[in-house]
Amino acid sequence: MTTEPPVLLLREHFDTLLEALARRGYKVVGPTVSEGTIVYDEVSRAEDLPVGWTDEQEGGRYRLKRRDDAALFGYAVGAQSWKQYLHPPRLRLVKADRDASGRMSFSDGDDAEPERYAFLGVRSCELHAMTIQDRVFLGSGVADTHYERRRKRVFSIGVSCGVAGGTCFCVSMGTGPQVTDRTPHDLALTEVIEEERHYFILTAGSDEGREVLAGLPVTPAGETEVSAAKQRVDQTAATMGRRMNAEGVRELLLENLEHPRWDDVAQRCLTCANCTLVCPTCFCTTVEDVADLTGDHAERWRRWDSCFTLDFTWMHGGSARQSGKSRYRQWLTHKLSTWHDQFGSSGCVGCGRCITWCPVGIDLTQEIAAFRDHPITPSPSQP
Amino acid sequence: MSTCFDDPDPEAPKAVSMLPEPYVVVSRNQETADTFTIALRPADGGVMRSFAPGQFNMLYAFGTGESAISISGSPEDGGVLVHTIRRVGAVTSALDRLAPGSVVGLRGPFGSPWPMQQVRGRDLVFVAGGIGLAPLRPAILQVFSHRADYGRIVILAGARSPADVIFHDELHSWMQEPDTEVQLTVDRADADWHHHVGVVTTLIPRARFDPANAVAMVCGPEIMMRFTAVEMARIGLPEARIFVTLERNMKCAVGLCGHCQFGPEFICRDGPVFRHDRIRHWFSHREV
Repeated sequence: MTTEPPVLLLREHFDTLLEALARRGYKVVGPTVSEGTIVYDEVSRAEDLPVGWTDEQEGGRYRLKRRDDAALFGYAVGAQSWKQYLHPPRLRLVKADRDASGRMSFSDGDDAEPERYAFLGVRSCELHAMTIQDRVFLGSGVADTHYERRRKRVFSIGVSCGVAGGTCFCVSMGTGPQVTDRTPHDLALTEVIEEERHYFILTAGSDEGREVLAGLPVTPAGETEVSAAKQRVDQTAATMGRRMNAEGVRELLLENLEHPRWDDVAQRCLTCANCTLVCPTCFCTTVEDVADLTGDHAERWRRWDSCFTLDFTWMHGGSARQSGKSRYRQWLTHKLSTWHDQFGSSGCVGCGRCITWCPVGIDLTQEIAAFRDHPITPSPSQP
Repeated sequence: MSTCFDDPDPEAPKAVSMLPEPYVVVSRNQETADTFTIALRPADGGVMRSFAPGQFNMLYAFGTGESAISISGSPEDGGVLVHTIRRVGAVTSALDRLAPGSVVGLRGPFGSPWPMQQVRGRDLVFVAGGIGLAPLRPAILQVFSHRADYGRIVILAGARSPADVIFHDELHSWMQEPDTEVQLTVDRADADWHHHVGVVTTLIPRARFDPANAVAMVCGPEIMMRFTAVEMARIGLPEARIFVTLERNMKCAVGLCGHCQFGPEFICRDGPVFRHDRIRHWFSHREV
């Protein structure tokens, strides 16, 4: 647990945090309003944040709307997650050159120094997603050095949520809404708006976080203020838009691989891959090889891929997963079941993005409920 | 000797770099109309990679892309890395066009090997369908170079037609090895075919080996491996002594790109060689 007592930063001093991070050489990225949604982008002052905005989220629906206050973090999450910075959508992996004698040479295509980012406003579910991706990329055999170089440079400022999105279910997944020491972070804050005052309760989660805090015009937080912050997060936990009974989901899906519900969801699923792109833990990639017109300089690029495409399992003779049903089944069983076998946890953090950004509003919490309500009898050969 | 065939031999070498290394095509042999074998050695005095039977490399055709290709040569031939390749797509077609002296990129070796250390003293049954004989060949060559370490050897190989039989001459030379049985079968025979006709699983009950002691290593189309496991079970060879090698689309070969997932397994990293009972649950479902 954090040892130091929490401190209080007034809203009018919030810019000092951004300035302190900039002075330490960080490029601060955080939520901004763009194209009708929350988009992570460079921010240099509090006014760059979505001041006074909140979001309405439902299956297949996302709208920003005005709040009646000037909260900086008064919404849930947008389509993007921080994985775009740590696991870039497009990355040059290899540069290959061939000389006149046919001799071939290869060099690292990811040869630029990665940016040092300070992530401002990382929700607890997102911190959990980063921890999950740490295990995917760094914790199981061969390390992804591209991810590692970016990840270790990041300074993260977590935000405990003051509002639950309509598709949020972090409480069910045990991943929020309170930022805790279960997930590494440098600073954590909770926003409180009262009649007279607008302030943030901050705690440090790392030595560097403590150093940053020491340079800010903060005051010790009183018991009243700390409990006001806690009350807001408790209120968020109590108003989750969705719920999912995650207990035994790993086994539930293993036992229902031939359940008729897969046909039902396949009728609705467009296999558009939106869910995998907005998911903060989905990590699959493909590679593309390109050569220039001389034919002697080639590059190999990695880009995000999705298990929803037909191409994903293409081999000579066809794709292993021909039907939309099999591709949805792969995604859901991977996320909630086999992820446990591979990485020791669920692959879902309950952020609700896959529900909100599904064009037809497929809701995995409903799908799981359907399997629970009408399970097929496991055959004796199940493990 | 271990009798509980738990995991792949742990000493199997594994590559970690995403950067290919240049290898020169030393020789090329046309096996069948669409299948060829190339032998590679490191270009520019690079270090030769050692491997264990069952492992694969990622071969890169310049500017076209990479393909996962199992190693088909002897693990004890330190001079070259041998790959037998069927021309089925853009990359394998580009590899097909390479003459001796050409350069390819190579990453590897990757994946789990056949359990060669754990099966000493046992009867070995190799069951191959089509080009599935290629990943079994390093194991077979290793057995014949240490013949006394193993019991009876049975090789059951199937192909679509006589013209599709790879390693034809070698199969016939293996027929001459002591205490060894080689049975060949094709789906469609011609007038010159003196061997069996039918699917390879029909050879299993006819082959002479001791199911109580034998270990089976199987490579071929998934449906063939599924039926082989059923047939082996029927004659009393328990599935914990059946090893199969799986194939999926692979991009990274180190368990990071997600393409080759098969249930909880990453075939590139946890496989391609699996003990059959470990994957049975997923093997029994379609479109996994």
